[in-house]
Amino acid sequence: MKDFIIPDRDFGTPVAKSKTMVTLTIDGFDVTVPEGTSIMRAAAEIGIAVPKLCATDTVDAFGSCRLCLVEIEGRNGTPASCTTPVAAGIKVQTQNAKLEKLRKGVMELYISDHPLDCLTCSANGDCELQDMAGAVGLRDVRYEAVDTHFKAKDNSGKANPQWNPKDDSNPYFTYDPAKCIVCSRCVRACEEVQGTFALTISGRGFDSRVSAGMKDDNFLGSECVSCGACVAACPTATLQEKSVIELGTPVRSVITTCAYCGVGCSFKAELRGDELVRMTPYKNGKANRGHSCVKGRFAYGYASHKDRILSPMIRDSINDAWKEVSWAEAMEFAANRMKGIIDTHGRHSVGVITSSRCTNEEAYLVQKLTRAVFMNNNTDTCARVCHSPTGYGLGQTLGTSAGTQDFDSVEHTDVAIVIGANPVAGHPVFASRLKKRLRQGAKLIVIDPRRTEMVESPHIKAAHHLALTPGTNVAIVTALAHVIVTEGLFNEDFIRNRCDWDEFQDYAEFVSQPKNSPEAVQLLTGVQADEVRAAARLYARGGNGAIYYGLGVTEHSQGSTTVIGIANLAMMTGNIGRPGVGVNPLRGQNNVQGSCDMGSFPHELPGYRHVKGEAVRDIFEKIWGVQIDDEPGLRIPNMLDAAVEGTFKGLYCQGEDILQSDPDTKHVAAGLAAMDCVIVHDLFLNETANYAHVFLPGSTFLEKDGTFTNAERRINRVRKVMAPRQGYGDWEVTQMLANAMGADWTYTHPSQIMDEIALTTPSFAGVSYEKLETLGSVQWPCNEKAPEGTPLMHVDGFVRGKGKFINTEYIATDERAGPRFPLLLTTGRILSQYNVGAQTRRTANVIWHAEDLLEIHPSDAEMRGIKDGDWVKLASRSGETTLHAQITDRVLPGVVYTTFHHPDTQANVITTDYSDWATNCPEYKVTAVQVGSSNGPTEWQQEYNAQATLSRRILPAAE
Amino acid sequence: MSHDPHVKLIYMANQIAKFMESKPHAEGLASLTSHINDFWEPRMRKHLFEVLDGGGQGLRPLVVEAADKIRRPKAA
Repeated sequence: MKDFIIPDRDFGTPVAKSKTMVTLTIDGFDVTVPEGTSIMRAAAEIGIAVPKLCATDTVDAFGSCRLCLVEIEGRNGTPASCTTPVAAGIKVQTQNAKLEKLRKGVMELYISDHPLDCLTCSANGDCELQDMAGAVGLRDVRYEAVDTHFKAKDNSGKANPQWNPKDDSNPYFTYDPAKCIVCSRCVRACEEVQGTFALTISGRGFDSRVSAGMKDDNFLGSECVSCGACVAACPTATLQEKSVIELGTPVRSVITTCAYCGVGCSFKAELRGDELVRMTPYKNGKANRGHSCVKGRFAYGYASHKDRILSPMIRDSINDAWKEVSWAEAMEFAANRMKGIIDTHGRHSVGVITSSRCTNEEAYLVQKLTRAVFMNNNTDTCARVCHSPTGYGLGQTLGTSAGTQDFDSVEHTDVAIVIGANPVAGHPVFASRLKKRLRQGAKLIVIDPRRTEMVESPHIKAAHHLALTPGTNVAIVTALAHVIVTEGLFNEDFIRNRCDWDEFQDYAEFVSQPKNSPEAVQLLTGVQADEVRAAARLYARGGNGAIYYGLGVTEHSQGSTTVIGIANLAMMTGNIGRPGVGVNPLRGQNNVQGSCDMGSFPHELPGYRHVKGEAVRDIFEKIWGVQIDDEPGLRIPNMLDAAVEGTFKGLYCQGEDILQSDPDTKHVAAGLAAMDCVIVHDLFLNETANYAHVFLPGSTFLEKDGTFTNAERRINRVRKVMAPRQGYGDWEVTQMLANAMGADWTYTHPSQIMDEIALTTPSFAGVSYEKLETLGSVQWPCNEKAPEGTPLMHVDGFVRGKGKFINTEYIATDERAGPRFPLLLTTGRILSQYNVGAQTRRTANVIWHAEDLLEIHPSDAEMRGIKDGDWVKLASRSGETTLHAQITDRVLPGVVYTTFHHPDTQANVITTDYSDWATNCPEYKVTAVQVGSSNGPTEWQQEYNAQATLSRRILPAAE
Repeated sequence: MSHDPHVKLIYMANQIAKFMESKPHAEGLASLTSHINDFWEPRMRKHLFEVLDGGGQGLRPLVVEAADKIRRPKAA
């Protein structure tokens, strides 16, 4: 897999999965393929490309274009090779005089209703219609174009009613009906690949048109989610990226990994020179299998946005304006300040935050900076505020925090439980894969306070939606276990073989208590008991059961307990250790998994090994030549507490905006303001930078080499597509800082950092850039025992030996609705925006979501006199903010919902400092609030914006 | 909840205790001890001991019982 590649081959129809093999003869050559393969694909396997237009291997065969005709000895007629399956012993001919003539005739008809403006067409050189005209030897079109779709005016000069103007409503691609050959590839891609069903063919015969949504909709106004599957499928210029229209066709491509969510899609970055023309999903990417979403496919414009800071900056105080300086000056300033703090307040007074957006190699270096240069363990990462309870909960029960499956596993799932996650918005490409499986007949249980897009969408309907009161996850999960145990639905063989039977007895006694029954918890959870019972029976006895969960599970006072409860469910039903089952945490950011693997947590070295272990410390001490602190360091919330208290004074924060993303904004701001040196290393002057003294400009994922590890533990290569605009990859910047502090690091390429990771970390022992070039990607553990990685965990036994059942006592959060704050606020994401929005807000994605809205139930709105679109004030005991209301019955009465993508809203002014009992993961998902009418921004919002504006001043560069 | 270090740490210790109380007593006690030893930075344990040494007011009995097993932070 080299950087310079030819376009992916299109085999015409999808791969057949049968294990029975069939041998046939095509054009005199024998070929053996799985039963069910099309003749077209079988021919492609031996390098024979049968001409085609409506077939492409991402969607099922359709048989409409009649170009792929073949002859089969002993059979009548000329069947379409895309819809005709192989059969043993048949003899196929793909080319002869008769077929040539038929194909020419077909092409002639197509071209008679197609403009011949190839030279100025945006698909020139990248058009299958053009290719096929060449392939069939079309030299003449005998038909005069009288009735056409492509002429704006007919031959007499009158407006042509058949002609439709170009639809350029979508910010990223255009639909030009004049170029359309009605092959239906786009419609089928929207259905089969994406699962949105936004497109259809309206009309019949000559009136047939691709149509988005209803008759009067354009692409933007329709249900289209702008995933780009239709654009990728289109053989002509009908659906075309605007960037290609503007810049021309790309000439080289580099395979890399998306820097948005934890799915970790593989993409081809397609360029002219060092100008990025487009990102297209890579068919051989094992996480995405050729699919993409609006973020990865289109929302890369932030990389060249004018807001990007390209020069290092410093200032003495956060009240000063920024001063642009050289890298050397910035490093000297930062190092002197940090050294000064250490001299005065001791080595424990400084720390780092690693980024879940940067590469593994970069996270590794940042934690190494604190452990080997600052000489403490004060390192944490944004996983603290998202999946740290997964680490704890799965570690305790199964022995490792790792998700148990790969994404392909979903193709074998019979019953999926989606709890506290909305993959349609947060992990869209996985959602498409799940929905595909559901359309094949798998069943779905959704546990979520909100009626998410997962609950009901075209051709998808959850068998059960347990719409629970926020904060009652543990009660519901334990009630599911209660039903499984008391109704004898557990898998005794599995438990006896893989877990401790006596321990299970104790656990069974606990969950069987009447207080854990669905009937008893109904009042707390608000979910009908019979619905819980039915869901439990379905999961336990419905075949392969898989649980997918997200931050709606972890971001609670009892986040870790719910994770334990989920592991209990999987173990008691034997749903672990084979395809189609498992416990699958859906990780938020692109490299949350990797940053955790790389030792970003303050209590553990890379590979999840506690710092108290002398043998582990010894490994690193030998290589790093330092003594490693044997005490755990501070977690992010503890750092901020210590800062307010005056014992924590300096922070290096890479690619993470804690002021916007962490809860209880006022407390975070107070902590940052109390520090003497805050170094922010980021693409933009983010919110945290308002409190920084040093700003080090960061590089994008397009500008450096490295690896990301996705939610299925897959280590994917990130490849340098263009030179860093500010001069250095982020790993080089960290190295400069370390060396300015007296270290002597000499890495010249991230592959050397990976070699050091492999040398020190057993689960990465077999990983090298060389192997990643050969295999494309590997899933850790990758070592001597599993040289090609580990798609499924716990196959023969649990990592910890025996699986451990742990009691999950429901303890209500102290965050409760009451007279002052009678509603419960929960938060989430939207498809078009990502995390704090730093990247997506700087792209055309804002067209779908320009601001955070407050979803409120009609009855709650009416009681407060709130109308749809009104400004409302949202207040909790922590603070208050204002935003616009959206009235919807997606949320239950008593529950309101918002997203956290925009700093103007500052949803985290509202969230409190309650957190998970085991990991301090903040309780984002439950805040007691009141909602009332408002005239505009609160005092806090105005003050905040004033401070931010003041803080972002940059002095003009000296002449 | 106040940002006073003691108030916050008492709250956190009690949260851990509540979870551990659902385990058999000995296991719960051991798990609480190791949890605090493994995850609490010395500054946090120092504050916890200030409360414990002052009589442990506000702490759940399991935390008080674990006092002599929680590692005292070395003097800085």
